[in-house]
Amino acid sequence: MRVRVYVTLKPSVFDPQGKTVTDALHSLGYGAVGDVRQGKFFELEVQAATIDEAKQIASEAARTVLANPVIETFRIEVDTPVAAGAGAGL
Amino acid sequence: MKFAIVEFPGSNCDHDAYHAVKHVLGHDAEFVWHKDTGLRGADVVVLPGGFSYGDYLRTGAIARFSPIMRAVSEFAAAGGPVIGICNGFQVLLEAGLLPGAMLRNRSVKFQCEFVHVRVEHTDTPFTAACSPGQVLRLPIAHGEGNYYAEPDVLERLERQRQVIFRYATPDGAVTDAGNPNGSINNIAGICSEKRNVLGLMPHPERACEAALGGADGLYVLESIVKSVSSGAVMAG
Repeated sequence: MRVRVYVTLKPSVFDPQGKTVTDALHSLGYGAVGDVRQGKFFELEVQAATIDEAKQIASEAARTVLANPVIETFRIEVDTPVAAGAGAGL
Repeated sequence: MKFAIVEFPGSNCDHDAYHAVKHVLGHDAEFVWHKDTGLRGADVVVLPGGFSYGDYLRTGAIARFSPIMRAVSEFAAAGGPVIGICNGFQVLLEAGLLPGAMLRNRSVKFQCEFVHVRVEHTDTPFTAACSPGQVLRLPIAHGEGNYYAEPDVLERLERQRQVIFRYATPDGAVTDAGNPNGSINNIAGICSEKRNVLGLMPHPERACEAALGGADGLYVLESIVKSVSSGAVMAG
């Protein structure tokens, strides 16, 4: 099952890279872009029977190593598995 | 007296630490590979600077899972002196042996320069040979040394006198002008509650001889020697 983990700095934590990107965008004329926050994106292939199980495994991995809970938060998305045969032959 | 210098893949100040201990201080130094599980009877553990695991994911994030870190944690829990320099500090933070985390420098640049730090407290094994308020001139070389801790953690660090070094001007004023990376409260180094674990971003081992541009790092290294040889700090 494919699981996506998004890791971002907590809102209370200053993001020097995001600030630099914001300034660059503004200097390029993208005045419509407000704040930019930079983060990390992981795609995990997880062996799991259910979506809940995949989420649980990914959450544990995120808490343990992918994110640093002192400064970061994370969000998890799981692709809904396509039923066998669905979409075939179209 | 024996210093164990832990080598992770990507450590690059391991030999600087070895030289400082062995050739400048004249004590025993031994490299310990990150896959080792014992510290070979060392009296002091050094986590050196560098880029362990290429700084992948976050600085120090992978190194903290190295087999040797279990022995380092046990050594620290038993009261043994552990000093983490630069990347070693980042590893100690990721391992939870010290509180807080590192952010990218506010300049978003790798800062490589001599800075000044003020010694805040001398009742640690790492500053026992310093005088209170002494200003040390030491080099830094890092991209992620912008120390951060949540307000309650920061308050506790200050109250328990765990902030040991602060970035300052050459005359010892703790101001924003003396802060090279944006660290909160100008924090350059902190110790554990039991005061036997120190993490600092500046490199004392790279400033231990006049030929290296300065020798103020000796105050830190000789503090360790003084504290260990007097029995003020030991594992066990």
